[in-house]
Amino acid sequence: MDIKKKEKPGWKTLPEFDVIVGGGTAKEFKTGDWRSERPIHIPEKCINCLTCFMYCPDSAVIVKDGKMMGFDYDYCKGCGICMHECPVKGKAIKMVSEKDAKKGCI
Amino acid sequence: MNVKEVVKQKELFTGGHRACAGCGAAIVARQVLMAAGPNTVVVSATGCLEVVSTIFPYTAWNVPFLHSAFENSGATICGVEALYKSWMRQGKYNKKVNFIAFGGDGGTYDIGLQSLSGAMERGHNILYVCYNNEAYMNTGVQRSGATPMGADTTTAPAGKVRQGKEQFRKDLTEIMVAHKIPYVAQAVVGNWRDLTSKVEKALAIEGPKFINVLQPCRLGWSYKPETTCEIGRLAAETCVWPLYEVTNGVYKISKPREKKPVLEWLQQQGRFRHLSKPENKPILDAIQANIDSNWQTLLAKEPPQAPKQP
Amino acid sequence: MAKQDIVARTGNEAMAEAMRQINPDVVAAYPITPATEVVQIFASYVADGLVDTEFVPVESEHSAMSACIGSSAAGGRVMTGTSSQGLALMAEMVYIAAGLRLPIILADVNRALSSPINIHCDHSDTMMVRDSGWVQIFSENAQEAYDNMLQAVRIAETARIPVMVTTDGFIISHGMERIEILDDATAKAFVGVYKPKDYLLNFDRVLTLGAIDLQDYYFEHRMQLAEAMKNSKSVIMDVAKDYSKTAGRNYGLFELYKMEDAKFAIIAMGSTAGTTKFVIDGLRAKGLKVGLLKPRVFRPFPKDEIAAALKGLDAVAVMDRSDAVNGHEGPLAVEIKAALYDNGLNKPLINYIYGLGGREIKTEEIESIYSDLSEIAKGKKMDRVTYLGVRE
Repeated sequence: MDIKKKEKPGWKTLPEFDVIVGGGTAKEFKTGDWRSERPIHIPEKCINCLTCFMYCPDSAVIVKDGKMMGFDYDYCKGCGICMHECPVKGKAIKMVSEKDAKKGCI
Repeated sequence: MNVKEVVKQKELFTGGHRACAGCGAAIVARQVLMAAGPNTVVVSATGCLEVVSTIFPYTAWNVPFLHSAFENSGATICGVEALYKSWMRQGKYNKKVNFIAFGGDGGTYDIGLQSLSGAMERGHNILYVCYNNEAYMNTGVQRSGATPMGADTTTAPAGKVRQGKEQFRKDLTEIMVAHKIPYVAQAVVGNWRDLTSKVEKALAIEGPKFINVLQPCRLGWSYKPETTCEIGRLAAETCVWPLYEVTNGVYKISKPREKKPVLEWLQQQGRFRHLSKPENKPILDAIQANIDSNWQTLLAKEPPQAPKQP
Repeated sequence: MAKQDIVARTGNEAMAEAMRQINPDVVAAYPITPATEVVQIFASYVADGLVDTEFVPVESEHSAMSACIGSSAAGGRVMTGTSSQGLALMAEMVYIAAGLRLPIILADVNRALSSPINIHCDHSDTMMVRDSGWVQIFSENAQEAYDNMLQAVRIAETARIPVMVTTDGFIISHGMERIEILDDATAKAFVGVYKPKDYLLNFDRVLTLGAIDLQDYYFEHRMQLAEAMKNSKSVIMDVAKDYSKTAGRNYGLFELYKMEDAKFAIIAMGSTAGTTKFVIDGLRAKGLKVGLLKPRVFRPFPKDEIAAALKGLDAVAVMDRSDAVNGHEGPLAVEIKAALYDNGLNKPLINYIYGLGGREIKTEEIESIYSDLSEIAKGKKMDRVTYLGVRE
């Protein structure tokens, strides 16, 4: 069932009963537009402790080959936990307003 | 649990769920599944975690997941585990699977207590994780048996003549210890090493296990969302929510380096704002006295440490 | 047709025997009079190693159905049993089991609902969950209880709807009868192996079962259940046909007893149908054209088929062993009236509410119903409902 389709399926085409087959289909729902602030990664300061990865409630911290790569802004809700938990002195993550970020003046 | 290994695996609780920004329950779900791994079947009671993560046709769970009703995740997970036992015995199935039930404090302390108790008594090989945000959050912050004394909730509000909940909370962790199950623990959101190691430890034990995780809720407790983890840790540091585990009846308590006054914890949360009124000082004192007394009682349960050799 | 053993079994023992032959993966149950023996006897089979079933002695009926839902969702063949207050306590989960389309089998021993608390037979408990989305099959006697349990498994797994098989509390559940049972191998072959396409223990096809439906999906999912219930009628008939080949006993959606030329008929379910057959034989010997229509399947309700069977009658009596407390009639009468209306039939119909709380229904009382019917056909006016057997 293609849930990206604008028109929702009727009872004849919907798979039988209240079952969702296939895990993680929530990824089709982008919660990134909930943000009023977004985290920005400062790689020079980052020690790759991955604390932000461990605590992000929305699995929005991207890690590749053991290194913190940045944020998945499709899902990040801008809660700021990553910044708050970052153990580095002076922080390797800063929060900026979404408006500013969109305008490009980060 | 090795973080470097965990980051390589696929997310078992994905983004795209509708939890509030900074939701502690989502953190609990993610961290528990990181420790448990993909060979896990999850049952969740009705509540915040279930509702935000499974709005048809979206599911944030990348493991088999079942929700049936509110008060019965204990009984429901027993059904899943019983079928597994049956199939293993009949030779119809051959794979190691973890069975984890999630319930909020609502679905665990109160309406779900019976089915939890029955599940623990029957000795099923399950882990029950209570994500305890100290109120019925999903229906709008009503008081539960887990709500601390003095907290403002919508059914025990702080007003002109009443100052929030008047009863101290139920000690469900000790009720679970009294069931004499092989493993019971308390953990918080904000200490991932502690929580994940407790989950790993539990899953390595055969039989019923229970972990009570204090889960700060930015909406119901009223605080800035980025401090979710900090507030969780503060609960441990003030002994509001001691970190401990009971393995086969033997207590092991994590003692804070410096026991902080409960006021530090209360001041961070809007649900206790009314307690800063001078006329409410007796309530503050009662809260501190209760925490101190509970802490002493708990400490006494730990076996005496062997004296250090001179 | 397979060879069968003739044995003496009470209704509960007959159902337990069927369960033993079915050998489900899990039975999760809680005791309540008069259903207790079903699972008690089954527990002794477990203790003696006669079945492979994992028996879960839950701490309440609500947990019984919850555990059944867990086991069934995980992929197993699952059964349980209860009555009255137990069914009431698990009612929330009964509806949920149907909504989740899990093929759970419930042995429902009919007992009156409180208040007042009463442990004896009436149909109020089964009627309480008539809108739950379960197939409901009423057994007249222990033989039917046995046969219905075996068929229920196939019906549930094919239609993907849970099925409850009911027997009258104490009257049938505890009454010893002569029944014929299939040998174990034949019974096992009849129910077959359960192979669900989707189940929780299948890690190759990860499922989320029981998601919340907002306004945009609930209706569609419920429509699917409504369709499945409609289609289950043909499933029930197919399974009955197959069972007839296996056991030589015929079942359908309802049974007609001496209806071919009947002018007056009683519609009754459960054990009372058996008593009525005895009364009919007596009256027929006197030359009265009387008959019985015994609904076997109450859900899905075979409305049009029943209406067709009533066409030639002069008057009809519907016996209800429960009260819908709507100020007018019992639940079976409501269904029959709707059936007649929808088929353009306007028959004089009297509803008799009887036997509540195990009040015995006597043959003389059933005879009096038939004489009422002949009076009505001659033009006598009667109240639309009579509470038969109550003391004024």
